[in-house]
Amino acid sequence: MNDRGQGIDVAGLQKDYRVHRRTSGLASTLRSVFRRTYETVTAVRDLSFHIEPGERVGFLGPNGAGKTTTLKTLSGLLHPTAGRVSVAGHEPRLREHRFLKRITLVMGQKQQLLWDLPPVDTFSQNRAIYDIARPAFDATLKELDDLLGIGAIAEKPTRQLSLGERMKCELAAALLHRPDVLFLDEPTIGLDVSMQLAVRDFIRAYNERTGATTLLTSHYMDDVAALCPRVIVIDKGRLRYDGSLSKLVEKIRPDKSIVLRYAHRPDRAALERLGTVTECEEAKAVVRVARPDLREAVAHLLLDPALSDLTIEDPPLEEVLRDLFAQSATEST
Amino acid sequence: MKAALSAYPTLLRIGFAAAVAYRTEMLVWMLTMTMPFVSLALWSAVSATAPVGRFDQKSFVAYFLATIVVRQLSGSWVVWEIIQEIKSGTLSSRLLKPIHPLIAYSADNLAATPLRVLFALPLALIGLASGGAVLPHEPRTIAAFLLSLFGAWVITFFVMVIVGSLSFFMESSMSVFDIWLALFMLLSGYLVPLELFPSWVRSLAEALPFRYTLGFPVEVLIGMSDDAAIVRGLAIQFAYGIGAAIVALALWRAGVRRFGAFGG
Repeated sequence: MNDRGQGIDVAGLQKDYRVHRRTSGLASTLRSVFRRTYETVTAVRDLSFHIEPGERVGFLGPNGAGKTTTLKTLSGLLHPTAGRVSVAGHEPRLREHRFLKRITLVMGQKQQLLWDLPPVDTFSQNRAIYDIARPAFDATLKELDDLLGIGAIAEKPTRQLSLGERMKCELAAALLHRPDVLFLDEPTIGLDVSMQLAVRDFIRAYNERTGATTLLTSHYMDDVAALCPRVIVIDKGRLRYDGSLSKLVEKIRPDKSIVLRYAHRPDRAALERLGTVTECEEAKAVVRVARPDLREAVAHLLLDPALSDLTIEDPPLEEVLRDLFAQSATEST
Repeated sequence: MKAALSAYPTLLRIGFAAAVAYRTEMLVWMLTMTMPFVSLALWSAVSATAPVGRFDQKSFVAYFLATIVVRQLSGSWVVWEIIQEIKSGTLSSRLLKPIHPLIAYSADNLAATPLRVLFALPLALIGLASGGAVLPHEPRTIAAFLLSLFGAWVITFFVMVIVGSLSFFMESSMSVFDIWLALFMLLSGYLVPLELFPSWVRSLAEALPFRYTLGFPVEVLIGMSDDAAIVRGLAIQFAYGIGAAIVALALWRAGVRRFGAFGG
């Protein structure tokens, strides 16, 4: 049965950890030999969302928000303390082989490639473990090679590959079995800009070709902006936002930035009548203007003959999220 | 299980490639298992004037070289791998694969056997040349030795899994392994042939599993056991092997459940 149509369902997910607590100092160390103090930390609480098959969704939140815990729960590594999780019609915590053959989890900071062997050996190993028929394996490998440009690097020992080369091979190894669901946890971490772009293009192309459901976490907001029409934002384990990226930006920062370039120093006082001036230098100014007032402001600015260039930008996603998390911190106090 | 069996030859091939890649590390590792040479020097000196029990100098040479050979061929180091992977969290990537991790670990272990044979073979030849060893030449004795060698590996492998799995429940189970190793040194025949011990120690050693991980196959190899002792030894050995496998699987399953509940 093909359950691709069932997507990902999370209802009331809660995940608690029991953590050993000890203050510093010798006395505390000795006390902990005989009596240990534990406390329960809730990493994820009452989290619910649904992801349609084939969707690309960004999963955002500050460090410690519960993103990796959620991804590990969705991939079956962690068991929910409470709530219900279903991925492509399977209950992940049972880790049935049929389920494991349909998902992949790529963690940018952990690797599955065999360190001292060339990636081709990991590919062969995965072919055997996932029981992939030779023709299907060859076809998928060729397709991944076309998309990622792996070529001869797969024949060099993994330890001799650059970080970018290694990530290409990690992605290939993780996708050889053509999973229906991709969990990507910081897949571009540590990569240079050109390699980030290559990985980003690959993820989009793979999703479009195969229709695989993709849930991505990344601290690089450009990844999310480029790949994910929808974002789920969590903070302190709770859902803060679930919807389109553009609406999130509109909701949190109901203004746009107008970047202006002049032949001479701009008139700050005149600009302040239009909006909030965030930058005013020798020949450049940036004014933040409320969206409803944008048209009028631009029309007014264009009347200035000294203006040489004008661009309208959304605020950076980093700023939007910072404001969102600041709001949630205020609400929780 | 059928899928795991069809994957096994590939796992062995990759495991062998890894063993070759780590050949220097493995050689050093194998050299750490040469403690019986020290015992050999000691007991050779002791038996220079008169035999000790059934052992003259040549028999000691045969015994301790056979000890090294059997230890090389039946050893398992999976305990280090399991403990390290649980502590570092890299176990996660194994748990995401549709194959039981213990099957993958066993392939990694067995794949190194050809390299270990390369190391053990010269020692076996020296033992043979020394004239002290009566190597088995009857097919049934050879079969019994190979069975006992496999039985020794099964016990060792699953005991290492048991000790490694304890790391799911405690900070690190290396100290438990140290206790096992100390008892192994004493009661397996690794440093002293068991028949040189007082009878009560010998009886204890025959009842405990340590002898069946080393001393028993050694005795079969150098012709120190009669048919009845071999059959009895194999029966006890395989009972221990099956018992260790059952406990290891149960502990592993409980450990992975805990890993899932508490995040390792």
